[in-house]
Amino acid sequence: MNAMAATADTERAQRPAVRFEAVTKRYGAVVAVDAVSFDIAPASLVTLLGPSGCGKTTTLRLIAGLEQASQGRILIDGKDVTLLSAAERDVSMVFQSYALFPHMNVMENVSYGLRAMGLGKAEAAERAAEKLSLVGLSGYERRQPSELSGGQQQRVAVARAIVLEPKVLLFDEPLSNLDAKLRRRVREEIRDLQQELKLTVVYVTHDQEEALAVSDRIVVMNAARIAQDGTPRQLYNEPRSSFIADFMGDANVLAVTVESCEDGQAAVKLGPARLAVADRGVGPGPAVLAVRPHAVRIAEGAGRKDVLSGRVLKSSYLGDHMEYRIALADPAAELFASSPDVVRPVAEGAMVSVTFEPAALILMADG
Amino acid sequence: MTRPATSQRMSGGAAGDRAALAWLLLGCAGFVLLPWYKVEGGFFSFDWFSRPAEAAPAMLLSGQRPWLLPLALPLLLAGWRLWQGRLRGLGVAGGLGLAWLVAEGFSIIHSGWGFSWLAALAGTPGPTQPGLGWGAVAYAAAMLMLVALDMAARGWCKGDRFVVGALLLVIASLILFVAYPLFSILASAVKDNDGNVVPGLFAEKLFSANIWSLGCLRGAGSCGVAWNTVAVAVLVGVLCTVLGLALALIALRTRLRAKWLLRSLSILPIITPPFVIGLALILLFGRAGIVTTFLSAHLGIPRSRWIYGMAGITMAQVLAFTPIAFLVLVGVLQGVSPSMEEASQTLRASRWRTFRTVTWPLIRPGLASAFLISFIESMADFANPLVLGGNFNVLSTDIFFAVVGAAHDQGRAAVLAIVLLAFTIAAFLAQRRWVGGRSYVTVSGKGDGGVPAPLPGPLRFGCYAAALPWLLLTVVVYAIILSGGFVEQIGRDNTPTLHYFLTAFSVEKGVDGWFLSGSAWPSLLMTIGLALVAMPFTAALGILTAWLLERQYFAGRTLFEFLAMMSFAIPGTVVGISYILAFNVPPVQLTGTGLIIVISFVFRNMPVAIRAGVANLNQIDRSLDEASLTLGARSLATLRRVLLPILKPAVVTAMIYSFVRAVTAVSAVIFLATGRFNLATVYIVGRADVGEYGIAIVYAAVLIVVMMVILVGIQLLIGERRLGRRRAGAEAAVAQL
Ligand SMILES: Nc1ncnc2c1ncn2[C@@H]1O[C@H](COP(=O)(O)OP(=O)(O)O)[C@@H](O)[C@H]1O
Ligand SMILES: [Mg+2]
Repeated sequence: MNAMAATADTERAQRPAVRFEAVTKRYGAVVAVDAVSFDIAPASLVTLLGPSGCGKTTTLRLIAGLEQASQGRILIDGKDVTLLSAAERDVSMVFQSYALFPHMNVMENVSYGLRAMGLGKAEAAERAAEKLSLVGLSGYERRQPSELSGGQQQRVAVARAIVLEPKVLLFDEPLSNLDAKLRRRVREEIRDLQQELKLTVVYVTHDQEEALAVSDRIVVMNAARIAQDGTPRQLYNEPRSSFIADFMGDANVLAVTVESCEDGQAAVKLGPARLAVADRGVGPGPAVLAVRPHAVRIAEGAGRKDVLSGRVLKSSYLGDHMEYRIALADPAAELFASSPDVVRPVAEGAMVSVTFEPAALILMADG
Repeated sequence: MTRPATSQRMSGGAAGDRAALAWLLLGCAGFVLLPWYKVEGGFFSFDWFSRPAEAAPAMLLSGQRPWLLPLALPLLLAGWRLWQGRLRGLGVAGGLGLAWLVAEGFSIIHSGWGFSWLAALAGTPGPTQPGLGWGAVAYAAAMLMLVALDMAARGWCKGDRFVVGALLLVIASLILFVAYPLFSILASAVKDNDGNVVPGLFAEKLFSANIWSLGCLRGAGSCGVAWNTVAVAVLVGVLCTVLGLALALIALRTRLRAKWLLRSLSILPIITPPFVIGLALILLFGRAGIVTTFLSAHLGIPRSRWIYGMAGITMAQVLAFTPIAFLVLVGVLQGVSPSMEEASQTLRASRWRTFRTVTWPLIRPGLASAFLISFIESMADFANPLVLGGNFNVLSTDIFFAVVGAAHDQGRAAVLAIVLLAFTIAAFLAQRRWVGGRSYVTVSGKGDGGVPAPLPGPLRFGCYAAALPWLLLTVVVYAIILSGGFVEQIGRDNTPTLHYFLTAFSVEKGVDGWFLSGSAWPSLLMTIGLALVAMPFTAALGILTAWLLERQYFAGRTLFEFLAMMSFAIPGTVVGISYILAFNVPPVQLTGTGLIIVISFVFRNMPVAIRAGVANLNQIDRSLDEASLTLGARSLATLRRVLLPILKPAVVTAMIYSFVRAVTAVSAVIFLATGRFNLATVYIVGRADVGEYGIAIVYAAVLIVVMMVILVGIQLLIGERRLGRRRAGAEAAVAQL
């Protein structure tokens, strides 16, 4: 008996909380989500990240059942829910606008799901109070939503969503209606809550910093498809395309030629310079090189012949660091560089020699 | 962490089975328990219990009427699928049941075979059957819902069975009570009086000279009734638009800025039965009218019957429909943001130039809309031409006389109805195309600051010159209506009397205590009763439809919206004749009942409720519904617990207006009212028709006062503030209808 229960348990732990199998969503001619597949592990926080209009919200709504897939299968906790309505799926959502019911007070809002399920008033109130205290809003039960600040409204929305203890909790850009100061705190609170309650959370944002800060895993979407999917570190350090490299923290993307590969090291030609870079599976031929701004070193005055050179077009002082826009001479390209040295900035118009920190260079095949 | 809560969430399947079982049981009850056919004396009197033979269910009847037997098949099929725990396949069962019900219902009617080819094929007169009863209704409803359950299980409407069910229900009722009657008109138009299909005759009738002749232009004889109607409608459209614009400019852009003007003009057209104005005009300008008498006595102008005909109809309609054009244009003018005009003025444009180059182009589409709406109203108006027409015929009255007159030519009535319908639908489509359905929903407008530019001088005087005579005449008309019933013979003998009032509304004490002995009581109580019955259904169906339109996406949504809103463009007269043609014979036999009157109220006034619902739903963030859905409340619970509480103003508005409009309507119900189910307006028209103006006027006055009291009373009861802006929006929506 015990052994059987244990296997069932491990099975459950391995079974993805959400699984998309080649899910497509079309609105007329517009394809909002295009044959997307992924798995979301239980008790993890996964972020859907991507530029505006890439299909993140649609993906989230497909999980919730607020949209019906045009094609493909959606499984929640191993169960096919493709045809189930939102009310029948064990999923809750925190809306961008919070969507608190204006004609109900905080307590009625939070206990709404329990009451809809047919729970008695007293028990519903008790459980709702428990969740309200979890988000730090005990004592606000009788307030109307209009009498709360934006941050408090959001906590109510979170409490309302977790009160049903859903298999999956969804957030659509939860920080977008908060001011900058509050954002950092709220995102930490969401992360803490997720880890404390071991919730499976799918979190939509277009802000890569937010994604890096809160996620166990990030699914980056671009133009209705998944561009790459991995841990924050993988995405930052090993982007598989220049899109990812640029999206996950700025990158200068330069066209290069790989001349030879040996022992995992590629000899890369960039203008007059020869660079040794980890080849990451890229073979000889044209390729692209992503260079993070902080990996660009500049020194005043023209350097040796085999070193890149350029002219500073723009130099901006940003308090704790300098930012430069540089026009490279060969190859003709623009380069962003940031430097911590704010004491002796390079003047605009100055000629500079440019070198890269080799460890921070990322070689990729795509163009 | 895991509590029973979560598992309950996933129990959709079991609940579905319970619902399916309930519907199946209803279907079975319809088949084996309830009277399959219409019972004499009405179902709800329950006296059919004592006449079981007549009230037999389909199962018992299927011995003599074997075509009823196949109806059992879908029940068995559905039962078998449910036994297996499957929802798929219920749709097939339900679809088969409905299809067979329709097929046998139309094939075998009260007089034998329903189609001539069937009779020819069989060579016998065929079996007969009466109209369907509540058993069949229960059966059909159950079959429809089985289809809905199956469709929901296949993922239609996001798998929400309430949505699918509501959608199918609304569509089915629109088909049955809007589309099918219209189709009956077509069918009737292509048949001769013996029921044979004769396309040649149809063409002949459709293009007949007395519809389309242009004789009057050539000075030879009279013009066809279609041209008469169009001429009046165009004239009325233009005049109403001009007057409406003048009044709107006065109300919004002069120092008068009178709130009372807006208020009373938005209420009057709704509470005034349409023919009342015509009546008052007769009392003023008829051969024995006050003005006529005055002119002939003091100025020697001979008495004449000029008011009977085009002049009188036009005058009455302009008086009646200008407030509607006014409300539309007020909405438009308020949509013109003062800041735009201010911008123009800061660019050194003169007032006149500002009006011409900024204001005017912005309100031009609104003018088109006001014109088309007045045009439709005029075309559809039945009561004023009936009272004032004289020898001047218009389509709506011609239809009526074709049915009730000596000719009793339903084919001709049908052809005329088609012509009338073609005009109004064309105008309706034009209006929607140019102006769209939702342009003027906020009468109160958005106060985006800024003071509207005052009117340039000449324009202001033009407005006053146009509007004041109209206002004056309106005041006189209402004065006549409210007082005319309390004097012997208004104009001629102005001795005050309660004679008419007492004849109509006296209450006497008899042997059994007090009773209502006045002649108007039966029709008044019947009207109010039927309107009250129709009220919740109108509001429910309208709000439900609005919700489906605003909140659900499904294939054919545009068509659905069109069907739902089109019932507005169908003139009442056409509704009346179509109901008679469709529901006089089996399978759906309703004429002579109160039910058909209630149904006509519901479908005539549904667009008002739809507009009110749509206008309000537009203002409610969609994510509220979605939040509720993701919290496990199905769409029905969401509608009930989230949307309806917020929509309360819309619901109340829809209820009030559907009630008031039902009470004051005449054109459709004049075909449907009977001795037992007599209605106030029909009674008044009848009195006026035989020249008993005293009673007619006193009754009309009582109706207006009662409606006014109801409107104002409910407003006070609910509180002006809570309805506030939304009600104003709904009023504008109503005004468009
Ligand atoms: N209801 C809809 N009807 C038509 N197109 C839609 C609808 N919802 C989203 N789209 C389209 O689908 C694409 C993805 O939208 P969305 O998922 O909202 O993007 P994101 O949230 O990533 O910004 C967009 O091009 C958008 O225009
Ligand atoms: Mg989005």
